[in-house]
Order: sequence, then structure tokens, then C-alpha cells
Amino acid sequence: MNIPDNLLYTKDHEWAKLEGDKATMGITDFAQHSLGDITFIDLPKPSVKVKQAEWCATVESVKAASDVYAPFSGEILEVNTELNSHPELANKSPYESGWFAVIKISEASEKDKLMSPAKYKEYIEGLSK
Amino acid sequence: METNSALRQTPLFDQHKKLGAKLAPFGGWLMPIQYSGIIEEHNWVRGSAGLFDICHMGEFMLEADLAVSNFDFLVTVNLKTMPAGSCRYGFMLNGQGGIIDDLLIYKIAEGRWMIVVNAATSDGDFAYLKGHLTGPFRLENVSGALGKLDLQGPLSAEALEVLAGAEFKKLRYYTFGYFDILGEKIIISRTGYTGETGYELYMPNEKIGRLWEKLLSDKRVRPIGLGARDTLRLEMGYSLYGQDINRDITPLEAGLERFIDWKKDFTGKEVLLKQKEDGLPRRMVYFAADSRRSPRHNYRIIYKGRDIGAVSSGSFSPSLGVGIGMGYVADNIALGEEIVLSENSIAINARVTDKPFYKKGGAKSGDAR
Repeated sequence: MNIPDNLLYTKDHEWAKLEGDKATMGITDFAQHSLGDITFIDLPKPSVKVKQAEWCATVESVKAASDVYAPFSGEILEVNTELNSHPELANKSPYESGWFAVIKISEASEKDKLMSPAKYKEYIEGLSK
Repeated sequence: METNSALRQTPLFDQHKKLGAKLAPFGGWLMPIQYSGIIEEHNWVRGSAGLFDICHMGEFMLEADLAVSNFDFLVTVNLKTMPAGSCRYGFMLNGQGGIIDDLLIYKIAEGRWMIVVNAATSDGDFAYLKGHLTGPFRLENVSGALGKLDLQGPLSAEALEVLAGAEFKKLRYYTFGYFDILGEKIIISRTGYTGETGYELYMPNEKIGRLWEKLLSDKRVRPIGLGARDTLRLEMGYSLYGQDINRDITPLEAGLERFIDWKKDFTGKEVLLKQKEDGLPRRMVYFAADSRRSPRHNYRIIYKGRDIGAVSSGSFSPSLGVGIGMGYVADNIALGEEIVLSENSIAINARVTDKPFYKKGGAKSGDAR
């Protein structure tokens, strides 16, 4: 399972990449693998306000629809519109071309509620037991 | 809640693990849901040949002379008009006209039948037949000893020919015969659940692993899980027992009247005739979304602002690239009408359409029908 070193993680399998007061987010390799073929992604609209651990997107796979939660509270600055026509990017490249959105962070301290790569690795190993 | 330890495993369980399949419970069995990915597997069946482990389904062997047995009365299929070597799809109904199970009946010879039933209903079906058959009969549940593989797709005949010789290629849609494979004489029928040209192979459990491996050694053949089996059958508008049809739904409501022979008597017939006269309380409709969004089981069906029913099956259609589904509605609703499929904040725009969704399947190709 691919868990890049430079990201933070949620227990719902979202990742966040911190750059100043912005965070790029998406779903993890573990998430895309358990969802299977992703067929549609409902992204938040730019300028919408999201809250940490609350709904920010819906991912549909062949088998089911699943909610995706925001890793940080803040405002949506940008979304990956490429996912509208190519949702499978979230399967093929969950940390790069399959990114979901960029959030302007309103509460920097929320970082403390996210997991480090090492913690997340431990967490998903626990899940598969 | 089913726990994995209580689930049954098919004789191919180790092969599935070796192939890296995702396994999940289905009908009391731990079954392969996918290998490489549902969409890739789906497309492989539409373009080449896919192999399915269907050992979970039940098979009964029945000896019953129709002149003295009531077997014909227990099913909607007209057994008396079936030639030996043919198979037919139909139902076993309860006294209310509800579907106890949908099944495939093979006429092996005069008075000799094979009945193929769903996994989850198998034991109940066997008990029902045992309790309701009259006249001399011999009924045997061979599910535990007889395995089943489905080989489906436009290249399935070529792939099977390598093992079975060319004789079976004469089979027309919904016929079967006995053919030599790996030293066994086994039933091969030209039937399936995908809409493609394809075959169902009934092989004793001891040799099913070898048959599986032999077929998969052909580059044209890949293993296909139940995930793709579901999207393939849904693109054809085929019903799945337990999801689209059940004991409380009649074949008329399910839009499956063509599998009922009105010229004969059968359990539940009066109720169905009355339904025909009074009108149906609900009927099955088919719909396609205008986007990639997929309707799901139990989403509400909204027509002109009114809730008129619920989705029974829904999924993304890999062949069409949009969401598709089927479900029951209380109203008569014309083809082309706009509906909304919704749950909570989700609202999917769709249109009522005809089945099959996928129209290029070659299942009946080469037949004179």
C-alpha cells in the first residue's frame, strides 16, 4: 500500500498535503483499492466552506457510493475538474493526478487531529487484521 | 450478519485466493467478487471470454414421469412441450403467485430432468419439491458433488473447442448435450447470464479445478467475479433473485410474463389471472441516468414530484458509460419519461427505457430465431 511520506492522513482514508495555509486533498491508495473501480466523483463547488471530518465529496464505485470528508476546515479554492470525465484517475493516481480539491485552511491547529504516515500505516495494518 | 467462518466455500476457493480475488459473502457462500477490477472484467466478457465460478448454485436431478407426476404443475415452464436436450427458464411460484425461485430446467431424457436453482434458495427449493411432488419420483440434490463453470463471451466457443472438440458448437441457444472433457461426459448448455454467446458447464467437483485451470491457460479466457456478473446481467435487464424478485413479487409484476405458459395449470395461476384482470399493483421499469451517477438498491423513484416506487437494482454500466437500473413503480409510466432517482441529498436524472440496455450481445447469434 502506497503511503507517501510528505502527507497527513485521516482515519476515513483521506490525505492532505500542506503548503502554507493551503491543503490539497484526495483519497488514499487504501481507499481507492477498497472502493474498486471509481465511476463518478461529486466534488464540492469552489468557494464552498467545508468543515473538518464533514462531507466534502461523494465517490461512486461500481458497487457503492461513499462519502469523503474534509481533512481541514476552510474554503474550497479549486477542484480537480479532470475527475468529472476521468474519475478513474483517483484509482490510477490517488496522490497525484487523482487529487480532489485545494482547501484554504481556516484552523491550522486541526493538523494535530491528522495522522502521520507512520501512524496511518499502523492504522490500516490494524484494520486488515 | 454473516460471518466468514459460517460461509461455504466452492472447490475453487484456493484458486481464487491464488489469483488475488476480493472475496465477499454471497448467498451463504464466500465468493470471488473481483480479480483485476469489475470494469475490466466486464469489458473482457463483452470482448473475449470470461470464466465464472458458479459452483454455489444448486442442482437437483429428478426422475418423474409427467403422465403420473405433478412436476409440471409446480413450475411455470411447460415441461410437456420440451424436447430432450432443451432447457428452459421459469419459476416455482407459491399459492399467492410469488416467486419461490427462478430456475433453469434441463430435459435430459423422457422423465429425467436437471433443475438448476439459486444458491441461497437451494435448500428451501429442495424441501419444497420433496414436499409437493406427487406420484412416483426420485429427487436427488447433487449440489454438493456437481460443480458449475460459466464460460461467456464472443470467444467462448473457440476457447472451449480446444478442450471439448467442435461438436458442442452445434448447440443452439437454450439447448444442451453431453460432451467429453478431461475424461468425463458432462452437460454443456448454451445458456448464461451475460447476454453474450456462452456456455454453462456442469463438472463433478473432483475435476472442476482442472477444468478451471485448463480454461484459464487460454490467453483469451480470464476469471470473472460476481461483481462483473452483476453489471453484465443488469445491462441485459435480467432479474437477480433476492434483489429484483422474491416470494412477494409475481412474475407479472416483474415483467416476466413470457416465462409463463398460460395453456397449462400451475401453482399460483389463479392469482396471476386475477392480477391480469384487476391490473398490477406495481410493475418493473428500466431506466438510464443522463450521467455517470448510479442509482442504487432502494433509492426512491420520483416522477413529476411524486414518489412512485423504489430501485431494486442499479449500477454503473461499463458498456454505456452511464448509471442504469430497474425498479418497481405503482404507475403506468411510458418509455422516455423523465424520472429522478434519489436518496438523501442525491438526485439522479434518468429516463425510463427499454431492456436490454446493452443490445450488442451475441447470446442468440447463429440461431434461426
